[in-house]
Amino acid sequence: MRKVKLQLDNGTQFEGYSFGYEASVKGEVVFNSAMMGYNELLTDPSNAGQILVLTYPLIGNYGVPELSTEANGLSSFMESESIKVKALVVSDYSEEFSNWNAKESLADWLKREQVTGITGIDTRELTKTLRDQGSMRGTILFGTEDEELDIRADIPNPVAEVSCKDVIEYKAQDYVERSMDGSSPTPSRPLGKRVVLVDCGVRQSIIRSLLRRGVDVVRVPWDYDFNTLSFNGLVISNGPANPTLCEVTVKHLQQYFQTSEKPCMGIGLGMQLMALAEGADTYKLKYGHHSHNQPVREVGTNHCIVTAQTHSYAVAADTLPANWEKWFINMNDGSLEGIRHNGKAWWATQFQPDDTASTTAIGTNLYDDFINNLK
Amino acid sequence: MATTTIKKVLLLGSGALKIGEAGEFDYSGSQALKALKEEGIETVLINPNIATVQTSEGVADQIYFLPVTPYFVERVIEKERPQAIMLAFGGQTALNCGVALYQSGVLEKYGIQVLGTPVQAIMDTEDRELFVEKLNEIDVKTIKSEACESIEDAARAAKELGYPVILRAAYALGGLGSGFCDNEEELYKLAEKAFSFSPQVLVEKSLKGWKEIEYEVVRDRYDNCIAVCNMENFDPLGIHTGESIVIAPTQTLTDSETHKLRELALRIVRHVGIVGECNVQFAFSPDNEDYRVIEVNARLSRSSALASKATGYPLAFVAAKLGLGYGLFDLKNSVTKTTTAFFEPAIDYVVCKIPRWDLGKFRGVDREIGSSMKSVGEVMSIGRNFEEVIQKGLRMIGQGMHGFVGNKELTIDNIEDALKAPTDKRIFVIEKAFFAGYTVDQIYDLTKIDRWFLNKLLHIYNINKELRTANINTVSTDLLRTAKVYGFTDFQIARALRLESEMDMEKAQMVIRERRKQAGILPYVKQIDTLAGEYPAQANYLYLTYSAVAHDIRFDHDGRSVVVLGSGAYRIGSSVEFDWCGVQALNTIRKEGYRSIMINYNPETVSTDYDMCDRLYFDELTFERVMDIIELEAPKGVIVSTGGQIPNNLAMRLDAENVKLLGTQARYIDNAEDRDKFSAMLDRIGVDQPEWAALTSMEDINAFIQKVGFPVLVRPSYVLSGAAMNVCSNQEELERFLTLAANVSKKHPVVVSRFLQNAKEIEMDAVARDGEIIAYAISEHVEYAGVHSGDATIQFPPQKLYVETARRIKKISKQIAKELHISGPFNIQYLARENDIKVIECNLRASRSFPFVSKVLKVNFIEMATRIMLGLPVEKPSKNVFDLDYVGVKASQFSFNRLQKADPVLGVDMASTGEVGCLGDDARKALMKSMLSVGHRIPKHTVLLSTGEGKHKAEMTDAAQMLVANGYTIYATPGTYNYLTEEHIPCKRVYWPEEQGEPQVLDLLHRKEIELVVNVPRVQSRSSVTNGYKIRRAAIDLNIPLITNARLASAFITAFCTVKDADLEIKSWQEF
Repeated sequence: MRKVKLQLDNGTQFEGYSFGYEASVKGEVVFNSAMMGYNELLTDPSNAGQILVLTYPLIGNYGVPELSTEANGLSSFMESESIKVKALVVSDYSEEFSNWNAKESLADWLKREQVTGITGIDTRELTKTLRDQGSMRGTILFGTEDEELDIRADIPNPVAEVSCKDVIEYKAQDYVERSMDGSSPTPSRPLGKRVVLVDCGVRQSIIRSLLRRGVDVVRVPWDYDFNTLSFNGLVISNGPANPTLCEVTVKHLQQYFQTSEKPCMGIGLGMQLMALAEGADTYKLKYGHHSHNQPVREVGTNHCIVTAQTHSYAVAADTLPANWEKWFINMNDGSLEGIRHNGKAWWATQFQPDDTASTTAIGTNLYDDFINNLK
Repeated sequence: MATTTIKKVLLLGSGALKIGEAGEFDYSGSQALKALKEEGIETVLINPNIATVQTSEGVADQIYFLPVTPYFVERVIEKERPQAIMLAFGGQTALNCGVALYQSGVLEKYGIQVLGTPVQAIMDTEDRELFVEKLNEIDVKTIKSEACESIEDAARAAKELGYPVILRAAYALGGLGSGFCDNEEELYKLAEKAFSFSPQVLVEKSLKGWKEIEYEVVRDRYDNCIAVCNMENFDPLGIHTGESIVIAPTQTLTDSETHKLRELALRIVRHVGIVGECNVQFAFSPDNEDYRVIEVNARLSRSSALASKATGYPLAFVAAKLGLGYGLFDLKNSVTKTTTAFFEPAIDYVVCKIPRWDLGKFRGVDREIGSSMKSVGEVMSIGRNFEEVIQKGLRMIGQGMHGFVGNKELTIDNIEDALKAPTDKRIFVIEKAFFAGYTVDQIYDLTKIDRWFLNKLLHIYNINKELRTANINTVSTDLLRTAKVYGFTDFQIARALRLESEMDMEKAQMVIRERRKQAGILPYVKQIDTLAGEYPAQANYLYLTYSAVAHDIRFDHDGRSVVVLGSGAYRIGSSVEFDWCGVQALNTIRKEGYRSIMINYNPETVSTDYDMCDRLYFDELTFERVMDIIELEAPKGVIVSTGGQIPNNLAMRLDAENVKLLGTQARYIDNAEDRDKFSAMLDRIGVDQPEWAALTSMEDINAFIQKVGFPVLVRPSYVLSGAAMNVCSNQEELERFLTLAANVSKKHPVVVSRFLQNAKEIEMDAVARDGEIIAYAISEHVEYAGVHSGDATIQFPPQKLYVETARRIKKISKQIAKELHISGPFNIQYLARENDIKVIECNLRASRSFPFVSKVLKVNFIEMATRIMLGLPVEKPSKNVFDLDYVGVKASQFSFNRLQKADPVLGVDMASTGEVGCLGDDARKALMKSMLSVGHRIPKHTVLLSTGEGKHKAEMTDAAQMLVANGYTIYATPGTYNYLTEEHIPCKRVYWPEEQGEPQVLDLLHRKEIELVVNVPRVQSRSSVTNGYKIRRAAIDLNIPLITNARLASAFITAFCTVKDADLEIKSWQEF
């Protein structure tokens, strides 16, 4: 394997070996401490443009499933159609993989999608450096520095990059839940409700979660004025980067909040955009949340959940307007993890309200709650 | 917050260490007691295991060395009147006892609240039918099984389900009495055994070849629930999880698969209503996401101890707090101290557990591993890749292996068969298979071990192959680094580079060490911080790896730290007692203002709890790794005398590298370990020893035996627990054994000594300073010499020792201590016949009996020894044994019921897996308590006597008379019958299995018409299936108490004929 160098902007260098596509890249270096789910993390648009460091050392073990799409155009197993990160940094890439659902190796996939991958890095030391410095930019260099000709540059607004370009409609009646255990697939039972999903870099599992529950989904680009559409509820998706780059979306949301009574739910970046629209501020966290094990507690209750999150920005709790309340709090750093409106069915969480794991104190799932409120 | 007003809690321990229930419960219990203490709650502990840390001063407020049985627990409740009880921390023993107390209404009668998971929930998980029903309610799939209450019923169920099936005894620990049956014949055989352990037996369809995945889940009373750790078995379903190599976290499951299982685990735990900790085991299909729940353990378990060590999340401690009513959100992460305990640890390393078997110690044992547990211990290795941890782990096991490759050639008759029918050697068979050209796919087909694991093993094999193409001059730095990253030791590299042919391996290893150090290839220290570096942590829980570029910690080099070497894997001959010693040393070091550093790798122990020391290196105790750590830490010194034989064996080599050893110096340790030197010394100072000779040739031995006569004891130097030690009674046995022993150790000569019969064995445990004895304890074996000291029943203070004998032993010990300049703990074993005393062995380290004598005498020998080693003043204890008005008796726990086909006899090779120590106002009472604690029951009506040779028969005469006087019916085998009849002792004749006639002894056993079997084997021979063997084995398989030693049988019979249950004092340790 070819030797490569990862150089951080503070001058720290790590040496490793290339196992993916061989191209020098530059980008924000972020870590994620999730022990599973490299396929999902690589395709998660929230990680767009980043050099992703995985703290779990053994990566590639279960390979990559078939990159198929379903009849509705959604990816069968991934969070989007393609790899969104710029590069992947791991400690011990597993050349051999083993899983019944795997079709190819991670290395083959990275090469095909022209994504750099490096292994043999002390990712723990790297993570500690990143943690202490906040976020940092870095470069992966093949060969010597003088030779670095074609370093692929940063994306100015990653949300624009990863959002869909056109309106896409998904019908609940077309949705069939794929069976993974040999039982027969479960078709969705349509409710005859329509939800607009603002795609700021949506993870496709959000779309699946909505379709599974029987609502039609209208996926619109991040800068699309959804106020012109007719629908029963609004979902603002997760997405990459700094929320202040999404002024257009914030403007559309402001109008929505002034004119609509219909339910609205925000996830990740979506929560920050909703908060900005209602006049709150956002800020960059000292230690961003990039893991599958963020503990959050529902305010005023004894109810806690372990959540998966990827974000470096947060909503400043003390800037929330009077008619919004703190809903979830991060149990480690006290940052705001969820907000809700007093009176209207508007709420948002920083974490992924994916299916069974995320519930409210009364035990209901956040998606179910949202859908039950659709009129 | 906790709303509890509870002031006094009773905690049940797990008793003696046995296969399936071992040191992990000392760890869980100690953590729970710590959690209670922190709340200011008064604690009462019942646990007869005197060698544990939890039964040490200050851990619990009141400690009862009594059997964990409903009778004794009720007596303690009556006396102590606790408000609440905790059942989850003492394994299946405590759980079963607790359920019995609940069902009989005792808990209600005394108004005792059960803290943590409610008893009903426990019963729901323990009773298979209730369990399946419960899980059906929430649409969770279980393995289709049928609960049967008769053998015929089981056969019918098996037929309906289709073979192969698995049989499980309900309410049994660690798969006791369970196994696979491929056909009806096998089923009948196994079912009979299973029904002897449990009234209910489960027959289920076998899912052999599926993956086995475990989750450790914690839930509080507010329904907050977390999955702390998941683990994947390297071995497929079909091999008990206690017998399997286990990896954490899972390696071959996708994100979707782990989420699915996690969600199921949480759903189950919520529905069952666990409050505290729970283990959920899944069978998982290798072909899709299909699963079955295998079982749920509503208590702390072996796996939960492993998960605690694997993640740094103190499951038992948290579970105890949750039992008091706390929410997870009330508690802090005990590693970071700032973040919450409500979280799921993120691991940035990989952990591997490997079982340690000791099957070689048992005659006739079935070496195949399967659905019933046989391993006696385990190790855990930590690293940054799988190759590294598997190699580390295989070394830690301590059976002479250097990793996956570079080992002594293994002789395998048929690789394919050996892969198909796994034994304790299976992983090494895989290496052989690679060598023989088998592909990963072929091995997968034969073993069903996931290809991912096999490919990683192949990677190790290939690195070794590449190394073998190089030599010391041509090997590249890159290749050396690769080898180190993937877990090769300097030894393995030296061997692959064939340095062995040029020099001694110890030297070769140093050549590689120097070479790689020059190339800058060094290990780095990493922390286990539970959050993968996401938050800053002051974690003192550490491991070393070459897959790194920087240390996580800084080294002070101020000479204020002291390294204590731990005792490694629990195995026969070395277990919890050395953990106790290590922990006492750590405590003393801390108390005296030094920083304590522990190196150990046994996840079952308290010494590997990062709370117990200032720095815990959870890593190997190889010379190489210990040197790595010493070079980094530059400690004040190293203690090698509290961890048993592993550290002791390192003394010479560490000393040669100028490492400062605290206490007795290395050359004196060598003088005691090297039989030649030791004997010469004894001769010099005029101390007697059994005649012996060092063996170099067959002619020499024959000449020697001509002189002394058979039987002789044969052993190599550097032995513990009788490894490769044997008594040979004739020429044939001798010759066969010598080939074996010579293989074991080429470096040290084999010693043959005269074996004295009918001699008493006496132990001297002592602490000395600069050759002067400061404290000592003389204890006495109940059995005559010939039963390994680890298996013997020991009484302290001695009960039948001449004052003159004691005086002479003291005098000789003084001489030896002086001669060897002992500073620290030591142990000498003596033989005494009349007042003729001989030294058989001397160890310049703490021995197995240190916790026992320390606790009986109430003088902490290890604390004293540690102070001496630190150079601090100590005072001679004011009291001595003659001041004690009570007696301690240590009895051994055997696990023959786990070891199919093994002959349950005792000899010079140790066979017990654990021990207990109980106190009584006199020796009989102490013996009764001890015997009841190791699973004996007092017979009500019938005893079988089969007492072997004439002298044993004579020894048993009084006991037999006493049995008759107390209304017992004695059954006797022919020889014993004749003897007893001549002595006018009424008894009934039974017939040997190989004799014609009624009643047949085996029939009586099967009909449970005999309640105690005393079978004293005739000669110690290796011959396999004798009449005696059949009786002994039947007793074990049918769960009927068995005693195989005449002196112990006499003592026990005398005790239960003269002491009644009600006479057994319910007194805490402090009250004696």
